[in-house]
Amino acid sequence: MKILIPPRTEQNVMRSVLWLLTAITVFILFFIIFYVMKRGLPVVSLQFLSSNPAEMGKAGGIFSTIVGTIALTLLAILIATPLGVGSAIFLTEYTRENWMTRVIRFGSECLAGIPSIIFGLFGFILFVTKLGFGWSLLSGGLTLAFMILPTIIRTSEEAIRSVPYAYREVSFSLGSTKWQTVTRVVLPSALPGIATGAILSVGRSIGETAAVIFTAGSSLHLPTSLFSSSRTMSVHFYILAREGISMNNAYGTAAVLIISILSINILAYTLMSRFMRKYC
Amino acid sequence: MDKTVIRAKEFSHFFGAVPALKKISLEICRNEIFGIIGPAGSGKSTFLRCLNRLNDLIPGSRPEGTLEVCGRDVYSPGISVVELRRWLGMVFATPVPLPRSIFENIAFGARMAGEKSRGRLAELVADCLKKTALWEEVMDRLETSALKLSGGQQQRLCLARILALKPEFIMLDEPTSGLDPISTMKIEETLRRLQAEYTVILVTNNTKQAARVADRTAFFLNGELIEVDRTDKIFSAPSDSRTNDYISGKFG
Repeated sequence: MKILIPPRTEQNVMRSVLWLLTAITVFILFFIIFYVMKRGLPVVSLQFLSSNPAEMGKAGGIFSTIVGTIALTLLAILIATPLGVGSAIFLTEYTRENWMTRVIRFGSECLAGIPSIIFGLFGFILFVTKLGFGWSLLSGGLTLAFMILPTIIRTSEEAIRSVPYAYREVSFSLGSTKWQTVTRVVLPSALPGIATGAILSVGRSIGETAAVIFTAGSSLHLPTSLFSSSRTMSVHFYILAREGISMNNAYGTAAVLIISILSINILAYTLMSRFMRKYC
Repeated sequence: MDKTVIRAKEFSHFFGAVPALKKISLEICRNEIFGIIGPAGSGKSTFLRCLNRLNDLIPGSRPEGTLEVCGRDVYSPGISVVELRRWLGMVFATPVPLPRSIFENIAFGARMAGEKSRGRLAELVADCLKKTALWEEVMDRLETSALKLSGGQQQRLCLARILALKPEFIMLDEPTSGLDPISTMKIEETLRRLQAEYTVILVTNNTKQAARVADRTAFFLNGELIEVDRTDKIFSAPSDSRTNDYISGKFG
């Protein structure tokens, strides 16, 4: 005999299960943030943020690694965004679907699945040794740029594709050229999506360790040019923890890292929603 | 009606191997409102999109025969498609305001043509809004998003937007299919006013609309032109029985 469950009970059971799954996710997230903050925040002070590391990072602050992180991330985004958005425009607006676009898309998706340490090794061989850039911001920035390129292409492509076809039609019917349609109508409408991809990539660049340690090196000095070796916050954290130099300073670095990623996200989404309110 | 401005001679259009228009021959005169009626898929919209070559965007589309606007072949290699599209402004079935302000929507065409002077643009925008009787309704909020307007207002905005191109022709592809009767009436009134300055081609799936506003009407069916004549004649004594069947609602 079939046991009859009243529909309402079934509803309630499913609701509880789903609620529980969500709660677990949120709990894990907050636990990590809370734990890192609890261990790290007491170390963070103005002194910690503004002084350079001393004694391999045992003492002193993390100023040079903050500068290194910002420089490297900026460099990667500045190189990857024009390349990625350009490719996405080409793939969506200037070619029809054919074997070539499928090969390009397949290639870039494979690129996205490659572990970052492979990118690190590749960057080391190509930029550091072959091209002779040495361990430097330039080598690190180029490597990171290649690493985030697939994400940027993918998200830009999707953003451009989701711009209604009618907008293009209207633009053409009002006497614009192809280029004007792309730059004045399609790209502005796709901007929020493209920006989302760029923000995701900023997050990945800031948090990246393996690809950076091989290419930008781990110098504790304040970088002075594109050819200076530099250490990022994540690399600093890794070395401090791995070598057991100072767990306190490691967690301090981690706290700063998390706060910066959170604030970049919040800032970017605020700017974007302001932009959307204005035009949509 | 004196002068012929659009002439199609044995004009066909294909999408791949499928003919969407079959050997159309017709003439449209200056300053008339030319109505095109017919059921869905009869090639009415395709005909408009051939005139401003919007079909070029569709892969595998191919014209055959002659299609002339003011004596120049639309598909001749020497023609500038950008100029052609300015010359034949087009309003679509669903109003599509671009996601920007009312002002920028109307100034769009002029900006693309290189106009930079804010003063001249402002004059143009005001002028076009007045011609479509939209000025009173939006004059105090030109900088707000055009997407916030009602459906009927959006469609009149689209009409104002093509007037800003300073076209010779206004082509409308079922412009009131999504609008309520009052908005429809406003559009029809506007068209009658504009007739003095422009040649209007009105594709409509509402036969009554053609009867109300068109001077002459053409009936399309399955890509063929069945007949074209003065509107009162089409609606009172059509020469083809299929026309009679369509306008009396037997099919379509």
